[in-house]
Amino acid sequence: MLGRLTLDALPSEPITIGGAVMMTLSFLGIVGLLLYFKKTKWLWKNWLTSLDHKKIGVMYIVVAVVMLLRGVADAAMMRTQQALAADAPGIVHSDMFQQVFSAHGTIMIFFVAMGLMFGIINLILPLQIGARDVAFPFLNSVSFWLFVAGMVLINISLVIGEFSTAGWLAYPPLSGLEYSPGVGVDYWIWALQIAGIGSLLSGVNFFVTIIKKRAPGMTMMKMPMFTWSVLITMVMILFAFPILTATLAMLALDRTMGMHFFTSSFGGNPMMYINLIWAWGHPEVYILILPAFGMFSEIVPVFTRKRLFGYASMAFALGSIAFLSFIVWLHHFFTMGAGANVNAFFGIMTMIIAIPTGVKVFNWLFTMFRGRITFTTPMVWFMGFIFTFTIGGLTGVLLAVPAIDFQMHNSLFLVAHFHNMIIGGVVFGYFAGLAYWFPKITGFKLNDQLGKAAAWCWVIGFAVAFVPLYILGMMGATRRLDHYAVSTGWQPLFVIAAFGGLIIMTGICLQILQLVHGIWFRKRNLDKTGDPWDGRTLEWSTTSPAPFYNFATIPKIHSRDEFWERKQSNSRQPKHEYQDIHLPKNTGLGIMIAAMSLIFGFAIVWHIWWLAVVSLFVAIALLLVRFSDDDTEYVVTAEDLAKLEGSRRYA
Amino acid sequence: MNKVMEMQRKDDSPLFGLWVYLMTDGMLFASLFATFAVLRNSTFGGPSGAELFSLSFALLETLILLTSSFTIGIAMWFAHQRDVRAVLFWVGLTFILGALFLSMELQEFSHLVQEGQSWRQSAFLSSFFTLVGTHGLHIIAGLVWCAFVVLQIMHKGLDGIRMKRLAMLAMFWHFLDVIWIFIFSIVYLLGGIT
Repeated sequence: MLGRLTLDALPSEPITIGGAVMMTLSFLGIVGLLLYFKKTKWLWKNWLTSLDHKKIGVMYIVVAVVMLLRGVADAAMMRTQQALAADAPGIVHSDMFQQVFSAHGTIMIFFVAMGLMFGIINLILPLQIGARDVAFPFLNSVSFWLFVAGMVLINISLVIGEFSTAGWLAYPPLSGLEYSPGVGVDYWIWALQIAGIGSLLSGVNFFVTIIKKRAPGMTMMKMPMFTWSVLITMVMILFAFPILTATLAMLALDRTMGMHFFTSSFGGNPMMYINLIWAWGHPEVYILILPAFGMFSEIVPVFTRKRLFGYASMAFALGSIAFLSFIVWLHHFFTMGAGANVNAFFGIMTMIIAIPTGVKVFNWLFTMFRGRITFTTPMVWFMGFIFTFTIGGLTGVLLAVPAIDFQMHNSLFLVAHFHNMIIGGVVFGYFAGLAYWFPKITGFKLNDQLGKAAAWCWVIGFAVAFVPLYILGMMGATRRLDHYAVSTGWQPLFVIAAFGGLIIMTGICLQILQLVHGIWFRKRNLDKTGDPWDGRTLEWSTTSPAPFYNFATIPKIHSRDEFWERKQSNSRQPKHEYQDIHLPKNTGLGIMIAAMSLIFGFAIVWHIWWLAVVSLFVAIALLLVRFSDDDTEYVVTAEDLAKLEGSRRYA
Repeated sequence: MNKVMEMQRKDDSPLFGLWVYLMTDGMLFASLFATFAVLRNSTFGGPSGAELFSLSFALLETLILLTSSFTIGIAMWFAHQRDVRAVLFWVGLTFILGALFLSMELQEFSHLVQEGQSWRQSAFLSSFFTLVGTHGLHIIAGLVWCAFVVLQIMHKGLDGIRMKRLAMLAMFWHFLDVIWIFIFSIVYLLGGIT
C-alpha cells in the first residue's frame, strides 16, 4: 500500500530531527499566522492563483530567498566541519556530510539561482518590452508551481527518508541502485525533473514572449540589453534542458525499472551519463550568468549617465558565449581519457570563451569611462563583480589547460573557481538587479548604506572564504572532504575559510536588516515618480509598482533608450486614447497540477505505484479542464481604465 | 491603435509556442538517439537488433503512421472548407490509425519481453525500449489530444479556438511522424543491416 514508506523513514539523528522539527514548526507557524489573521482567502485569491507575471515573479523571489537561507545553512555546516575535522570527528558524520554537500549544490543552483533568475525575468521583462503580460500566462503559473513542487520535494527529504549522497550531479555508478539503494537519489531525480520541466516550459514562454510581444517599433537591435540577455538565455534553455530531462529519465529508469544505461555491468556506460549531464550542465551555468550580464548592462549606463558602450558587440558577445557554451562540456572531465586531440579541442574552445566575456567586461568599463558615476548599492555590487568575476575567469582559463586540469581535477581549486563564478558573477549580479529594480517591484526604496555594507561584506567575505580554498587545492585538498589529518597542515586555511563564511553571513544579516528596515519605514521612502534612478528603459516609464495592466496604452518605440530619449526631448506623450484591454483571469489549476506532480514524484520515490497512476491521471484531467474553458480572460473597459489612470497618476 | 487590438485577436503565439516546444522535444529525442547510437552494440552477449527486429513489421507500422499523417492533413484541408462532418471523419480516422500503430508497437514490445528480451537484459535493449517507448508515449498523448479535439468540435463547433487547436494537433502529429522516420531508419534499417 505505501511501497517502501515505513516509520523508519522518520529522522533518527539529533541534527536531522532538529532540522525536520524546525521546518515543520515554521510551516505550521506560517499556516497558523494566516489562519489567525484570516488571510488564507486573501493569499489564495491575490497570490497563489494569480496569473499576473509581477506577482509570480515576487513569489519566485520569496521561494528563492528562503532556499538561499537553507543553502547557506548547509554551507555553514560544511565550513564548520572542515575547520574542526582535522583528526577529530567534527559536527556531523560522513554520511550526513555527503547529504549536506549534495543538498547545498542542488538547492543553490536549482532553487536559488534559477528561482532568482526567473523571478527577476518575470518581474521586469514584460515591462521592459512594453507588454501587458507574458505570451502564456497560465503556462507561467504552471511553471512556477512546478518549480515550487520540486522545491517542496527536496525539502521533504529532510523529514521523510534521506537525501542523495552522490553530489549535485549524481554521477553513476555511485548514484545507481547498486551503490545507492535508498531513496536519496530518487528524491534528487524527481525534485530536479519536476523543477526542470517547469524551467523548460518557462524557456518556451519567455522566448515566445520576446519574439511576439514586443511593443511596436522595438526591433531586435532596439531591445534593451537585459532583454537581449534573456532572449539568448531562453534559447540556451530550449537546447539544454531537454537533455537534462532525458538524462534524469534514464537514470530513473535504471533505478526503478532495472534498465542498464549507466550501470557498470550489462553493457551500461557510466561515462555516457557524465557526458550527457554536462552537455546540459555547462550551458546551465551560462544560463545563470547571462541574465546577470544583462542586469549589469542596465545598471552601469544608468548610474554612469551614459549610454551602453558597444551595444551591438554586447549582443554578439552574448550570442557567441551561448554558442561556445555548447561545445565545451568535456572540460569537466579531461581525466576521462578521451585522448590528447579531443582534450586539446575542448581546452581551446574553453579558452576562447574568455574573448566574448572580455569584450563584455571592457564594454562595461568603457561605459563607465568619463561617466558621472554614482556609487549606489547596485554599483558596489558591480565593482565587486568586476574584481571577483575576472579573477574567477582567470582561474577558469588555467583549469581549461588539460595538463593543469589533470593536477587540479576535483580539488578545492576547482571548488574555489566555480564559486568565484557563481557567487562573484551570478549572485552579485542578481543582488545588484534586485537592488536596482526593488523600487519598481515594491514601490519603495531600501536603505542604501545598509545595502552597500552588505555588498562589502559579501565581497570581502568571499575573498576570505575562497582564496584559502585555491591554496588548499594546490596543496592537494580534494573536494567533499569530511575529515583530514593534522599533519597535512591544512587546518589554519580551513579556519580562515570558515571565518570568511562568517563575514558573508554578516552580509546576509545586513540584507535581512535592510529589508526589515525598508518595510518598516516604507512610507518615508516611497517612490512616487516611478523613476527613482533616472532610468533609461521602459519599465521606469510606468508607476512603481506597475499597475496590474502594466501600460494603459502600449508605447511606441523609436530608440534603444526609449524612456531616456523621451525625457531628453521633453516631448509630452500624446494624450492617452484608451482601449478595452484583455487580461487573464486567475485560476487555481496551475497550483493543483503542480500539487499532483509533487504527489506523483513522492509516490515514485517511495514506489507507491497506485498513487503515482492516480496523481498522473488527475493532473491530465486538470489540464483538460483548463482547455475546456474558453472564458479565461476578462476585460477592463476603456472608461474604467481612464478612471484607474486618473486616480493613479495624479493622486 | 485598432491594429494592436487586431493583432491581439489574431495572435498566433500558441502555434509558434507549440513549434518551439516541439523543437525542445526534438532535443529530447536527439539525446535518446545519441544514447541509442552509443549503446546499440552493447548487447552484453544477447542477440543484436538484426536478430530481434522484423523489418516488414516495422515497415507496416511506418506505412500506417505515414497514412495517419496524411489523413490529418486532409482533416485540416476540410477544416479550411468549414466542413465539420468531414473534419470529424478524418480526425477520427487518424485516431484509429494511431491506435492501430500503438497496438502494433505494444505487440512488438510484449513479443520481445515474452522471448526473454526485456529492457533488463542489456544496455542495448534498455536504450531501444526507451527510445521507441518514448515515441509511443507521445502517440498516447496525441490520441488523447485527438479524442479531446473531436469532442470539443462536436460540442462547440469549429470556431477560431477549435481551428487553432486542430492546427496544433496536426503539427504535433506530423512531428511524431518525423521522429518515427528517424526511428525506422536508425533503429530498424541500420540495425537490420549491421
